Amino acid sequence: MGRTLIDKLWDSHVVTDLGDGAALLYIDRIFLHERTGSVSLQELKAAGRPVRHKEHVFVTMDHIVDTFPGRGDKTLMPSGTEFITSTRAAATEAGLNLFDVTDARQGIVHVVSAEQGITLPGFTQVCPDSHTCTLGALGALAWGIGSSEGEHALATKTLAVTKPKSLRVTFNGQLGYGVTSKDMILHLIGKYGAAGGSGYAITFTGPAITTLPQENRFTICNMAVEFGAFAGVIPPDETTFEYVKGRPYAPKGAAFDTAVASWRTLKDDADASYDREIVIDCADIVPTVTWGSSPGHAVRIDGVVPDPAVVTDANVRAAMEKALEYMDVKPGQKVEGLPIDAVFIGSCTNSRLSDLRAAAAIVKGRKISAALKKAVIVPGSTQVKRAAEREGLHDIFTAAGFEWRESGCSMCFNAGGESMGEKWRVVSSTNRNFENRQGPKTRTHLASPTTVAASALMGAIADVRKLG
Amino acid sequence: MEKFISLKAIAAPLLRVNIDTDVIIPSREMKGVSKTGLSVGMFANWRYTDVPARISNSDFVLNTLPYTKAHILLAGDNFGCGSSREHAVWAMKEWGFRAVIAPSFGAIYYGNCVRNGVLPVVLPQAAVHAISAWVEHAPAQNLVEIDLPTQKVHAAGNAYSFSIGESDKDMLLEGLDPIGVTLKKDAAIQAFEAKDRTARPWVYINGPA
Ligand code: SF4
Repeated sequence: MGRTLIDKLWDSHVVTDLGDGAALLYIDRIFLHERTGSVSLQELKAAGRPVRHKEHVFVTMDHIVDTFPGRGDKTLMPSGTEFITSTRAAATEAGLNLFDVTDARQGIVHVVSAEQGITLPGFTQVCPDSHTCTLGALGALAWGIGSSEGEHALATKTLAVTKPKSLRVTFNGQLGYGVTSKDMILHLIGKYGAAGGSGYAITFTGPAITTLPQENRFTICNMAVEFGAFAGVIPPDETTFEYVKGRPYAPKGAAFDTAVASWRTLKDDADASYDREIVIDCADIVPTVTWGSSPGHAVRIDGVVPDPAVVTDANVRAAMEKALEYMDVKPGQKVEGLPIDAVFIGSCTNSRLSDLRAAAAIVKGRKISAALKKAVIVPGSTQVKRAAEREGLHDIFTAAGFEWRESGCSMCFNAGGESMGEKWRVVSSTNRNFENRQGPKTRTHLASPTTVAASALMGAIADVRKLG
Repeated sequence: MEKFISLKAIAAPLLRVNIDTDVIIPSREMKGVSKTGLSVGMFANWRYTDVPARISNSDFVLNTLPYTKAHILLAGDNFGCGSSREHAVWAMKEWGFRAVIAPSFGAIYYGNCVRNGVLPVVLPQAAVHAISAWVEHAPAQNLVEIDLPTQKVHAAGNAYSFSIGESDKDMLLEGLDPIGVTLKKDAAIQAFEAKDRTARPWVYINGPA
């Protein structure tokens, strides 16, 4: 029987079979960040275990580091500096590749790993961070782990993994006007729930995927974990190879050509079959936002907040009721037009140059609503920031009334100590609308960067398609 | 790692679906670079009516007797989804939990449990509900018993079977150090690398090409 892309990625990394569907898998690259990196490194050191292949381990500062202009090691979080300095010390001592606070390569881990050509098609990669699945968009098997598994990967270059079931999600048709890859993934999660992909590794495919530019593909795989999946991959194609070509850590010249020849085999065999299939028609997708406190609480921009009364499962209903209360919305209420307090564009979901360009195109020559208490744009990496500045995007944003920041995770979650205000309603290009994630009792509505930009202009959740 | 063989204990029901690790341990409660001192921050936003002042929320299940002495959590679908923070398990273990029973788990959280001697038990939703209803009837008397060798949960007059991967089971039963176990397979890892170096030389480049 034919093999799926996931089978091929799996098989090519099996060191030994552990029986019962599990295997010891070889891990090609490991990434750490300052929030969890130093715990793993310190534990390893205490156990007297060296890092195996330290040249394949990378460390960046993104989660806790400040994003204010002119930042250093100081953060708003009182103990934040300790995370930064202890990670720096541990990474330096272990001889790892460190993208420090002022390094030109610094940025959000999943953004820089692709940008630097560290993740390549066919790789396995792990990081103590759940959104590592982002890198599946390069045709790599990439997933998030905990700190203990991080130690295991660092010490052995392997991980014991039980093979997930396989799910193929096919996006047919074409994206309509104003619809982005963020809307595709929100639509999927909204339709099947936040646990809809639980237990699966997903292959995203279909005409609407193959025509997506590489940067927009990351957005899809980024939220595979919000669908409950172990990982999400997109079969690598010419778009992927073109993206990888010439990146600092990618092979060059003849070595690149050899690699590409091998990467071309990273696709489903014609007779491969999946454990489960989902087919989505993109004609059904419009700009999508979340109304509640789970990414599964997604709704069409022209839709209304759903009524829990129609849900049969008591616990799902209870979660919806709690979300209604937390978000201060009512069943039947239109999401479009909900007044907002703040907006945020950034995160490993949507902070790449193409995201910033798309948002800038919307706000160019306009002003954000005077009702907003905060409007922040945080580029995904220092490189994205500089590229955006070369194009003058920062001028467009600041003229419109946005703050233009240094790169990092920032208010995607309030780890660095900076947060949105209590009970503020925020439209955000991030991936999680969990309770208290962006600030105390902050009400987060997830959306595409263009929907965020349009909402910033209106001071309310807006349909980007109505903006002339 | 601490072993898990069997446990008979008070179980606390918290059946809301999609409880994420930000809820289990909010990022603000992860103040230091350490695995300990996290239990006071566990479920902080639900457990306290005033989080900074640590004013206890008497409505929250884990603040009510006898659930304050629970060692088992009965949870809803997709428990532990979201952020990969192992702090969620560290906090729960420090508080006293040694097992969680749910219809499904966030994948990373599940692995983190196993690595810390906390047993994640997957049971069908109907079983979790039946056990919860039985427990709520008399929580101090209706103790839930989990036996890992036979992979059974004894509760509500039933024996519910659950499945768990062989290697996860061994790890928990023996309290093995997973890194030590893998390091014994060093020859296999070296053999893999030797073969892989020819098949995928681009994996083994050191630094920017
Ligand atoms: S941007 Fe947000 S989701 Fe992405 S790695 Fe940072 S904190 Fe996590």
